[in-house]
Amino acid sequence: MAKKEYAFYPGCSSQLRGSASNYLVSVNTMCEKLDVKLTPIPDWNCCGASISYAAAGELTRHVMTARNFALAEQHLPGQDIVATCAACWLGGRETKDKLDASSQMMADTNEALKEAGLHYKAEAQMRHMVEVLVEDIGYEEMKKPMVKSLEGAKIAGYVGCQTNRPFGIAGESFENPLYLDKLVETMGGEALTKYEQKVTCCGGSLAFSEPAKSQKQIRDIVESAYDHGAEMIVTPCPLCQANVEIYQSEINRKQGTKLAMPVVYYSQLMAVAYGGNAKQAGLDGQVIPSKKLDEIAAKVVPVATK
Amino acid sequence: MGNMTELNEQALAKYRNSFLHEVEERVEEGDWVKMCMQCGVCAGSCTFGPHWEHSPQKIFMMIRAGKREEVLRSDSMWMCTSCYNCVVRCPRKLPITQIMHGLAQYAHRLGVAPKMQPTRDLSLIFWNNCIKTGRVNELRFTLSLYFKDGLMAGIRQALSMQSIALALLMAKRLNPLEFFKGHECKDKAGIHRMLKKAQEIESRRQGAHK
Repeated sequence: MAKKEYAFYPGCSSQLRGSASNYLVSVNTMCEKLDVKLTPIPDWNCCGASISYAAAGELTRHVMTARNFALAEQHLPGQDIVATCAACWLGGRETKDKLDASSQMMADTNEALKEAGLHYKAEAQMRHMVEVLVEDIGYEEMKKPMVKSLEGAKIAGYVGCQTNRPFGIAGESFENPLYLDKLVETMGGEALTKYEQKVTCCGGSLAFSEPAKSQKQIRDIVESAYDHGAEMIVTPCPLCQANVEIYQSEINRKQGTKLAMPVVYYSQLMAVAYGGNAKQAGLDGQVIPSKKLDEIAAKVVPVATK
Repeated sequence: MGNMTELNEQALAKYRNSFLHEVEERVEEGDWVKMCMQCGVCAGSCTFGPHWEHSPQKIFMMIRAGKREEVLRSDSMWMCTSCYNCVVRCPRKLPITQIMHGLAQYAHRLGVAPKMQPTRDLSLIFWNNCIKTGRVNELRFTLSLYFKDGLMAGIRQALSMQSIALALLMAKRLNPLEFFKGHECKDKAGIHRMLKKAQEIESRRQGAHK
């Protein structure tokens, strides 16, 4: 497999000891096995996420993102920008579309960027890591580094919102995207394709400001996974992961439920299937450990397998 | 930015007879509002739909009916989770999420948004946190939120969440040292200059509509 290189936009939650730091650990393991080289954009800044709208005007938000684009173009010319976070990716796509469509917005953006000594040329493409996997690598190639199977583990694919809407992965439907299920099956897991909370919103950042309303969403998302016999939920979004995993104990405390459903990233499944140990797959970052994945990760691979 | 009430009065004077016109000129993606055909798919697709006083469908009709006060003082727009379900289902392809954010921002800018709205507070705290160093400091962000209503409220909130904090700490997904120094951009000064300029340009463009 030829080495693929990308300008990497990790986003705030992926940083060392951030709430999604285990996502980054598993992505690094996965990419190493797929011969994908990620070079972080030097001095990247926060995208502002979706929640900044009260204080930050439209231009101000685009300028924040365009700074990252300009830095990528300057330091990593010709490389697509890849984000692992749904909100980072969505924000980037929105900015790119808006600036491509409006010469005034583009001129205004560059007038502001000049203050930071930068210029955006509108060359860089904004991609999600899932797009890199599905479009640039493909399911067949994804199988190649596998040294073990997920042994038919029953996995509910929770795609959530922002990796799916409004842009989504090309060729997928908004109501029932299939790529996460296909990815699970590619790694030897059993995708619970009837899981009906696949694209339900977890509340997003309103888990902070409207906890009761968000926890109702989260309870639905987790209980449906139980109904379908899931051993774990898998997601591509760091906020979905954090919300759905960490608030289960709150829901239990307030509502007397006994929820303890592990929530992992697609990259953790792949890191394990590619032979990574628990640490390399970021499994030590689970608040609710996945016993099944821990067991598979601990298995020693027979030398002759590959 | 000037006096909030004054801004509101200026807008009132200029657009006295047409709130729709005001929204079209001053709210992000506001020129889409007239395209709504009142089918109600957005209302039925909304994550927090049951908790809104006014669904997007109603908000759009209220704008056309000139219900300025009711719209701008509504806390409905602040219930948007940015899930984009309404956007992908709207048969007329209205960017509803962006319009809701735009209306919320406009109400905030005019100083007429509801007070003590938790999502407005969240939004302001998040933005101030992220522009300070260029990157979000998750610990300081969470603490600012907890303590926004005073010391005792903050302590109560922090205590109620301590088991979650401890679990994240154990999983190495929370760093107590972030309180003192977290991740940050090297060119903070450049970012601040850039944002100041962006805000200047935005005020200039808004001024052009006065």
